[in-house]
Amino acid sequence: MEITVQVNGRAHIRDVEPRLLLVHLLRDELGLTGTHWGCDTSNCGACTVWMDAVPVKSCTVLAVMADGRQVRTVEGLAGPGGLDPLQEAFATCHGLQCGFCTPGMLMTARWLLDRDPDPSEQDIREALSGQICRCTGYENVVRAVRHAAEAGRG
Amino acid sequence: MQVPGPVEYQRATSVSHALALLDRYGPGARVVAGGHSLIPMMKLRLAQPEMLVDINDLSELATIRVEDGELRMGALVRHADLLASALVGELVPMLHDAERVIADPVVRNRGTIGGSVCQADPSEDLSGAFGALRATAVVAGPAGDRTVPMREFFTGPYETVLGAGELLVQLRVPIVPGGGSAYVKVNRRAGDWAVAAAAAALRVHRGVVTEVGIGLTAVGAPQFVAPEAEDHLCGRPATEESFAAAGRLAAEHCRPSADQRGPVDYKRHLAGELTVRALRRAAARI
Repeated sequence: MEITVQVNGRAHIRDVEPRLLLVHLLRDELGLTGTHWGCDTSNCGACTVWMDAVPVKSCTVLAVMADGRQVRTVEGLAGPGGLDPLQEAFATCHGLQCGFCTPGMLMTARWLLDRDPDPSEQDIREALSGQICRCTGYENVVRAVRHAAEAGRG
Repeated sequence: MQVPGPVEYQRATSVSHALALLDRYGPGARVVAGGHSLIPMMKLRLAQPEMLVDINDLSELATIRVEDGELRMGALVRHADLLASALVGELVPMLHDAERVIADPVVRNRGTIGGSVCQADPSEDLSGAFGALRATAVVAGPAGDRTVPMREFFTGPYETVLGAGELLVQLRVPIVPGGGSAYVKVNRRAGDWAVAAAAAALRVHRGVVTEVGIGLTAVGAPQFVAPEAEDHLCGRPATEESFAAAGRLAAEHCRPSADQRGPVDYKRHLAGELTVRALRRAAARI
């Protein structure tokens, strides 16, 4: 069936099978490979994107369910002025590590900071509890989110 | 790579439209809302619907309000919305306890309370909570709406009383003035399913328990409740001794299965201990 999905502000029209998952639409049909495809079971959170302004795990959303909706991926984080402060903070604080979980971490952390510009370490850990890092490097990820929050306040 | 089997898809624009679609496509049709139970089942080919009826646009099913002495929650209320609702936290704190430990924030953005109970997973948290609260399900069908007590809603693991042409539209929890409630869960790691969990709703008058509901998750309790423990506790003083006796009865009458989350004796121990803790916390909130 034909769907129109707004991704990072741009409309994409595609003819897809209803069984196609949103993560595969983004990666395979639209070439937006920044969204990573991880566990396939909505546990790891690497595939997290925003749909209508909230993060969702795109391996557990059908592309047809995104028809007419707004999707934001990690490619849509940077603005005309450069990288999002969170992206800068992940680089500064060595929050990327192998990089596989990073797109999901960034999308969920951006959602957190938009709602709460000054989260505690515990708030950050709870918000990111659906994002798994197999480098087990959560310390640097949490530090990066705090760093971005402090930079945003400055 | 996990991919669902071929399926067709329609988006419902109203409850009556959803019912018409379910009627037209018959038993091969399934309702999809958050999709966080159904889509994983479709990927594993444990569910192979021919037609998906998407109800995500039915905003009339996404409301939370108080009416006729009940907290009424639409089936399409997302877990995140239930957790964000100050009204829910004030009137039925047990539901906030449960929501805090259901999956993770991103899953909670998408999963719905109606979808959770319709999935009827034996380890699903809200089933035990709604059982303890003596909630009622409102089910829309071709012949109109009917109400089903949550204690009669489940017919077995992954099975409910819902017929092929029916749609769960609302969950209703009676508001108990002067009542307290709590939900306590043990899981192996953040966001995981329960090894076991217990729910308790209490009303106490002059130190005596006048109403009590006890729910149990993941330990094979029929309809997710512990009626023997409730019967024992009702009319007794709200004391540690009474709670301990209720916990022993809850443990004795549940039927846990051994699996990767633990052996039977451990789960039975948890059922008893978590019942006591839930009762204690519920009493402290009165």
